[in-house]
Amino acid sequence: MSLKIIVLLKYVPDAAGDRGFADDATTDREAVDGLLSELDEYALEQALRIAEADGDTEITALTVGPDDAEAALRKALAMGADKAVHVADEAIHGSDALATSAILARAVEQTGYDLVLHGMASTDAAMGVVPALVAERLGVPQVTLLSEVVVENGMVNGRRDGDSATERLQASLPAVVSVTDQSGEARYPSFKGIMAAKKKPVRTLDLADLDIEADQVGHAGARTAVETITARPQRRTGTVVKDDEDGSRRLAEFLSANKFS
Amino acid sequence: MGEVLVLVDHADGRIRKPALELLTLARRLGTPAAVILGAGDDAAAIAAAAGDHGAATAYVADAPEFADYLVVPHVDALTQIARTAGPTAILVTSSPEGKEIAARLALRLGSGLITDAVDLEADDSGPLATQSVFASSYTVTSRVTQGTPVITVKPNAASPEPTSTSCRIEHVTVEFSPATTGTKVVSRTARTASGRPELTEAAIVVSGGRGVGGAEGFKVVEDLADALGAAVGASRAAVDAGWYPHAHQVGQTGKQVAPQLYLAAGISGAIQHRAGMQTSKVIVAVNKDPEAPIFDLADYGVIGDLFTVLPELTERIIAHRG
Ligand SMILES: Cc1cc2nc3c(=O)[nH]c(=O)nc-3n(C[C@H](O)[C@H](O)[C@H](O)COP(=O)(O)OP(=O)(O)OC[C@H]3O[C@@H](n4cnc5c(N)ncnc54)[C@H](O)[C@@H]3O)c2cc1C
Ligand SMILES: Nc1ncnc2c1ncn2[C@@H]1O[C@H](COP(=O)(O)O)[C@@H](O)[C@H]1O
Repeated sequence: MSLKIIVLLKYVPDAAGDRGFADDATTDREAVDGLLSELDEYALEQALRIAEADGDTEITALTVGPDDAEAALRKALAMGADKAVHVADEAIHGSDALATSAILARAVEQTGYDLVLHGMASTDAAMGVVPALVAERLGVPQVTLLSEVVVENGMVNGRRDGDSATERLQASLPAVVSVTDQSGEARYPSFKGIMAAKKKPVRTLDLADLDIEADQVGHAGARTAVETITARPQRRTGTVVKDDEDGSRRLAEFLSANKFS
Repeated sequence: MGEVLVLVDHADGRIRKPALELLTLARRLGTPAAVILGAGDDAAAIAAAAGDHGAATAYVADAPEFADYLVVPHVDALTQIARTAGPTAILVTSSPEGKEIAARLALRLGSGLITDAVDLEADDSGPLATQSVFASSYTVTSRVTQGTPVITVKPNAASPEPTSTSCRIEHVTVEFSPATTGTKVVSRTARTASGRPELTEAAIVVSGGRGVGGAEGFKVVEDLADALGAAVGASRAAVDAGWYPHAHQVGQTGKQVAPQLYLAAGISGAIQHRAGMQTSKVIVAVNKDPEAPIFDLADYGVIGDLFTVLPELTERIIAHRG
């Protein structure tokens, strides 16, 4: 029986750039170059490893995002995904996590799946809630924040390293999984992979294709509103001393003057 | 004033500090009501502690499901309690699991969701939440515009303020949904406690990075931490190298800390590390590279070898204490 895996990938502004906000208080996706969120590469990597262990697997990369987001899908295809789905629609702009999860869940259902893989969090919104929301909407188990994942005999087994304990988790397929950056480094696309990706299909869908009303998503459907945005004031410049100028003594004095010791 | 539900974080039969912080914040918005799930015989003691921080009511539910399955049992319980109690807001600690619980709860209640608040204020149109975004380079305030606000709050957002309230316990029998048994916890291995303060709750954090050079190198970091009564943190480079456990990683994919004092030793200060410590009150850096970006954040920096500076500092602190 073949295994259908969908990897949910987000196209995000590069964290190394000077990220900021557009006039409508959404993340500015123009000023800073975008890329496939590094944390989602870990999810794709796990999908590729599952496919390597079990030959009869199909991996679909899926993103919800503006036209540029196709770059994230192209990278995923170059890394080894078989096909891609891109949900793009003007009305999606301004969606909150709840709305995004509605679009993702509908696209996942329409594509067909046994396993939905996510990164642990997006590197821009960084909420870490979309996997749980997608699971809630699909009505399937969530096995999230795994640092180790095994898919076998219709089951997902995983290890979750929490704050106070390590848990072994289990659920039956279909299921929603997210993996951490401890799950294993993602591969680089090979030259062959990059060439092959050019021939792989990218299906583009809009809200009408998914039967979602425009006012349920985007600014219109948002259930939160931003009131103010303030750039964090620059930290005042501190004192920097060289150790050969008696650094540790002066640091000890600084700490004691500030009542830390 | 309406009721503000607070999902109470507890471990080993005791209320945890983040829960006391949430109860303190909840008092700004209304009358706190503690939700205590899966605490067994300790529920009464936890409820009393919640009362000491302003909870007038404790909704208590116990069932093996809370320990045996992940996330959904808590969502079922909170949904049921929220539907009967009709609270004006619901607060949950911003732990990874707390955020997942809050998100699914918001979806079921048809509510808006705000995660990772670092402050909360009441105003005419409900709670106004402050968040720190893009590796703390911006501060944003926002509010929920639909349904009962569901807000997750980071540890250290407020200091717990005691107030004596007699807390009435209301026992709740939860009707679990079929989804509850979806994700089974097959085993749980508790991590051995280090005896040091909890990273996210500590007033002082001393962190080591690649500059520490190896697992043994962390000894100088730990010694300084112990002299200061601090928690130990690590950069991802140090964690990835296997020198220190991942549970101690500070940064975007580790813990976000905001202590009174953060001391970074042998850490360059990459954006992803800063995302986890930039809002610390006072930042101190020890690094041998004068160009290291961490110095741009530091209130006090020492350019030098951490293997000289840290042990000397530790000695001075111990001597100073006498
Ligand atoms: C998606 C993503 C998520 C990430 N998440 C995190 C995260 O959560 N946390 C995190 O920390 N990083 C994270 N990173 C990694 C981050 O980008 C950096 O690679 C990492 O923080 C570097 O760690 P470091 O400062 O210890 O090492 P380096 O950058 O190698 O710096 C080591 C420093 O030690 C100094 N040094 C060396 N020897 C000595 C000595 N004897 N005495 C004094 N100083 C010395 C050097 O001058 C140097 O400045 C993430 C990266 C990505 C892409
Ligand atoms: N717009 C999107 N398109 C595809 N996947 C997404 C999108 N937003 C979030 N995700 C997935 O959900 C995970 C968690 O995102 P978040 O809850 O925003 O931190 C990400 O790592 C992705 O796997």
